[in-house]
Amino acid sequence: MIEIRNIYKSFNEVSILKDVSFKFDTGKTNLVIGQSGSGKSVLTKCIVGLHDVDDGQVLYDGRDMQSMSNRKRKTIFKEIGMLFQGSALFDSMTVEENVIFPLSMFSNMTKDEMRDRANFCLKRVEIFDKNNLYPSETSGGMQKRIAIARAIALNPRYLFCDEPNSGLDPKTAIVIDNLIQDITKEYNMTTVVITHDMNSVLEIGENIMFLYEGENYWQGDRKSIVSTDSKEVNDFVYASKFMQDFKKRMV
Amino acid sequence: MTFIQRIGEYSLMLGGAFSRPDKLKVFWKRCVDEVMNLGVNSMGIVFIISIFMGMVITIQTASNIDSELIPKYTVGFTARQTIVLEFSPTIISLILAGIVGSRISSELGSMRVTEQIDALEIMGVNSKNYLVLPKILGFMFILPFIIIYSMVLGLFGGWVVGMASGIISSADYIYGLQYWFEPFSIFYALIKTVLFAFIIASVSSYYGYYVKGGSLEVGKASTKAVIWSSIAILFVNYLVTQLLLID
Repeated sequence: MIEIRNIYKSFNEVSILKDVSFKFDTGKTNLVIGQSGSGKSVLTKCIVGLHDVDDGQVLYDGRDMQSMSNRKRKTIFKEIGMLFQGSALFDSMTVEENVIFPLSMFSNMTKDEMRDRANFCLKRVEIFDKNNLYPSETSGGMQKRIAIARAIALNPRYLFCDEPNSGLDPKTAIVIDNLIQDITKEYNMTTVVITHDMNSVLEIGENIMFLYEGENYWQGDRKSIVSTDSKEVNDFVYASKFMQDFKKRMV
Repeated sequence: MTFIQRIGEYSLMLGGAFSRPDKLKVFWKRCVDEVMNLGVNSMGIVFIISIFMGMVITIQTASNIDSELIPKYTVGFTARQTIVLEFSPTIISLILAGIVGSRISSELGSMRVTEQIDALEIMGVNSKNYLVLPKILGFMFILPFIIIYSMVLGLFGGWVVGMASGIISSADYIYGLQYWFEPFSIFYALIKTVLFAFIIASVSSYYGYYVKGGSLEVGKASTKAVIWSSIAILFVNYLVTQLLLID
């Protein structure tokens, strides 16, 4: 489980996160949602340690990341897998080399063992016979799946996904969402998904935090979000005219 | 950001880069890759520039010697001094600051804006050590070889044009090359070269590594990398010349 307690973060005296607290449960897909500029990405970077928080705690199964030395932080980094918005695959490496990379840095496997593990991960995300292609030679959906394969190569305890569906068509987006959820259950990981895609919220939102102007404004699950009275959440969920009319008819 | 802040950020980058690699085997492979990428791939352009500059230096020197009192071998002597002391180490380094510097800066800048550097950091990899140090060490290793290669080609180009145009005989040119030769001049050129390699790789890495924004900023960072590398090379060239050649 990852717990964040009273997180504050500001840049150049502009407050971005204000007293944000939340528990991301193990074995669930935890979603952080909110409008653009609400502080989702900054919150994620604070949780994974790319930004230091001004105040507050980030606890990885009780281990406070903020108070750790850089060397100790590395032990947590090795337990984290991350899927970036743009996949962030190394474009100078082939698909297979991308997945082997974390293994070559942090495991004592032989070359054959690493190749076997990479192939297992690629098969798990349904990538076949693409090992020798470069990321630029694959589609956006494939790149996301390869990035997931890379993220799970070291059997991480925590998986972060920053807008995993951006740039994907709705059908591929749902495939990626379901893959993330399946892997979360299969490996009993603590998964945090940053998104503003309502399809994702309704498909995999088991534990949701709604960030609004840098604050944890609302929390619940995919069932409660569609029936909440909160105006700000409703403005987000039912943003389009079509959805507003749909809700009126439902009511 | 002020100049002093940039110096501080540059120093911090170097501090992060010069640390113990996460895995020596991977680090060694990265160094070899950088030797190939930054050095061997520059050989073609260095070949062309050196040959032609050697030819031009020889023709210019010969055409400016009018007096019969000045011996013919002076052409070879002047070509050697020009090529060994300044043209190959300094001018070729300035040209490589443009070619290699912009390559390093745009490579790291692209990695930054596409979050590849963040991905390395989150994996627990020291990205400065993994990305920057192999470039610095690899280029410091290969540039002296490139410069020696350039010297040989430049002198060869001078000999070819001297023979072809008949402005100097082969014997005079070769005598001029050997005349009053001090091995220290090669040492001086190579000392400069190693320093220039460090400047080119580290300054360009700095501008690429800290890019913020998108592709436009990557382009701007490449330009700044070339400008500041060139300025630093010229300054260090003056400093080293003053220190090593003036008693």
